Amino acid sequence: MKGGRFWAWVVFILGAAYFFIPLIATVEFSMRMRRGAYSFDAYQIVLGDPRFQATFMYSVIAAIFTIILGVLIVVPAAYWIRLRLPQIRPIVEFITLLPLVIPAIVIVFGYIRMYGSNSPLPFLGSDTGTNALLVIGYATLALPYMYRAVDTGLRTIDVRTLTEAAQILGAGWGTIITRVILPNVLIAVLSGAFLTFAIVIGEFTMASLLNRPAFGPYLQNIGANRAYEPAALAIIAFVITWGCMSLIQILSRFAPRSANRPN
Amino acid sequence: MTDLSLSNQTMAGKAAPPAEVRSLRLPTQWLGVAPFFIFAIMFLILPTLYLMLGAFQNDAGEFTLENIAALAQPSIVAAYWISIKVSLASALIGAFAGLAIAIAIVRGGLPNWIRSATLTFSGVASNFAGVPLAFAFLATLGRLGLATVILNTVFGLNIYAHGFNILSFWGLTLTYVYFQIPLMVVIITPAIDGLKKEWGEAAATLGATTAQYWRMVVIPVIWPSFLGTVILLFANAFGAIATAYALTGSSLNIVPILLYAQIRGDVLHNAHLGYAIAFGMIVITGLANVFYIWFRTRSERWLK
Repeated sequence: MKGGRFWAWVVFILGAAYFFIPLIATVEFSMRMRRGAYSFDAYQIVLGDPRFQATFMYSVIAAIFTIILGVLIVVPAAYWIRLRLPQIRPIVEFITLLPLVIPAIVIVFGYIRMYGSNSPLPFLGSDTGTNALLVIGYATLALPYMYRAVDTGLRTIDVRTLTEAAQILGAGWGTIITRVILPNVLIAVLSGAFLTFAIVIGEFTMASLLNRPAFGPYLQNIGANRAYEPAALAIIAFVITWGCMSLIQILSRFAPRSANRPN
Repeated sequence: MTDLSLSNQTMAGKAAPPAEVRSLRLPTQWLGVAPFFIFAIMFLILPTLYLMLGAFQNDAGEFTLENIAALAQPSIVAAYWISIKVSLASALIGAFAGLAIAIAIVRGGLPNWIRSATLTFSGVASNFAGVPLAFAFLATLGRLGLATVILNTVFGLNIYAHGFNILSFWGLTLTYVYFQIPLMVVIITPAIDGLKKEWGEAAATLGATTAQYWRMVVIPVIWPSFLGTVILLFANAFGAIATAYALTGSSLNIVPILLYAQIRGDVLHNAHLGYAIAFGMIVITGLANVFYIWFRTRSERWLK
């Protein structure tokens, strides 16, 4: 057992070194802009860049729409499968895993070919349509995570009893989903939302191939043209990811722990 | 408890009054899942099928195998080969390192805060991919990166003189490992948690050595999740483009970068060859998943 603990420490320290050295190096590099002294010049330049602000806001808005779309698609489906259609669960789970199998670049390639301006559904014919297509693409990327989060949330509540109780009190389907089910799985939905946000905010492939002025292509552009700013941006991106994950952790403390009934 | 839930389920099947079931079955039964299926078909399945069919058509829309055959040209084969190598190497390194870390934090007798800190950090790092990750590694192992400079000035080891390059196979693999290890840790830790203490005690009572316990109990139990995660990591790396693109530009010709260039500017001068490349990517990630399912059913049967 003593030997086991020694090796555990060795593994942990090696792992910690591998993960922390790049972070330290990036912080150090990002502060090297002014000759001879450490400074936050690179951060000032990046944060003051109007293109940074514009692309970042664009991606934030895209992320918000992605989350809304994801919730609209996933919550009713996951609820309905638990309530009425458990037999199609394997199919739906298979579909939600597809975005992990089909690379994002292939999905967006398909969009470009299928929804071009000459197609029956010319998403790419207008700016609004292309923005919508980007949000749709992001929603497919987030689908596995959103579905898993919502399904886990639904597992901890008694869907059937809640639904029957609401029906007895005269609630319609819309009321049941928005005022009974959704509040009960809100924490799970928010976890999925923050994860979606973390995935979408710096996404490069889809935004770049759809020619959208998003944060990911901006990052790539800065990386190709500047020396110190990319390091500052990497740290900013890391902090955003960290923020999203911390919010999920904090939220999970409020989540109900055990199922009332195995469903 | 089990009995209760069972009877509840059988009850639930007959819960609604028969008349209502008959008249409303079709619309209400499918209405809730309709948006999901319409979305999945329109924006996930059809676009993919479109490309897959396009891979077997020529410009006139006739069936042909020429596009698939054209994949055999050296530059495309090389792109697939390097993609497979990077994905496999990063998946295997990530999987074994992640497994070691997971075992260390669960079974190694480390303080409790290390476990929770590692899991939190893994959640962050597994999502820290794409372009920013490339920047971090350029700042670390690029020509002017901190690790490069320190190795050179303090240890007198010029890694670039020894043939290392961040814009190479090993550079990209080392970078991918940064999100592969944490992903492995996040997925495999619950499986390690599932190893019951009693099994170890039972094995010890029966006179098993530690090695036998590992070989006959631990490995068979975590094998399916391990293999499944390796395949997930492989697919994860295989489709990734942003990190590689930001890291190497187009100097390292992996498949997603080739496809990216093809979508942007038809560099292969044949639109249907682009479809074929996409088709090849789906075949590879799809095959990986078939292997996963096959292995899992095999090992599950064996576990019984």
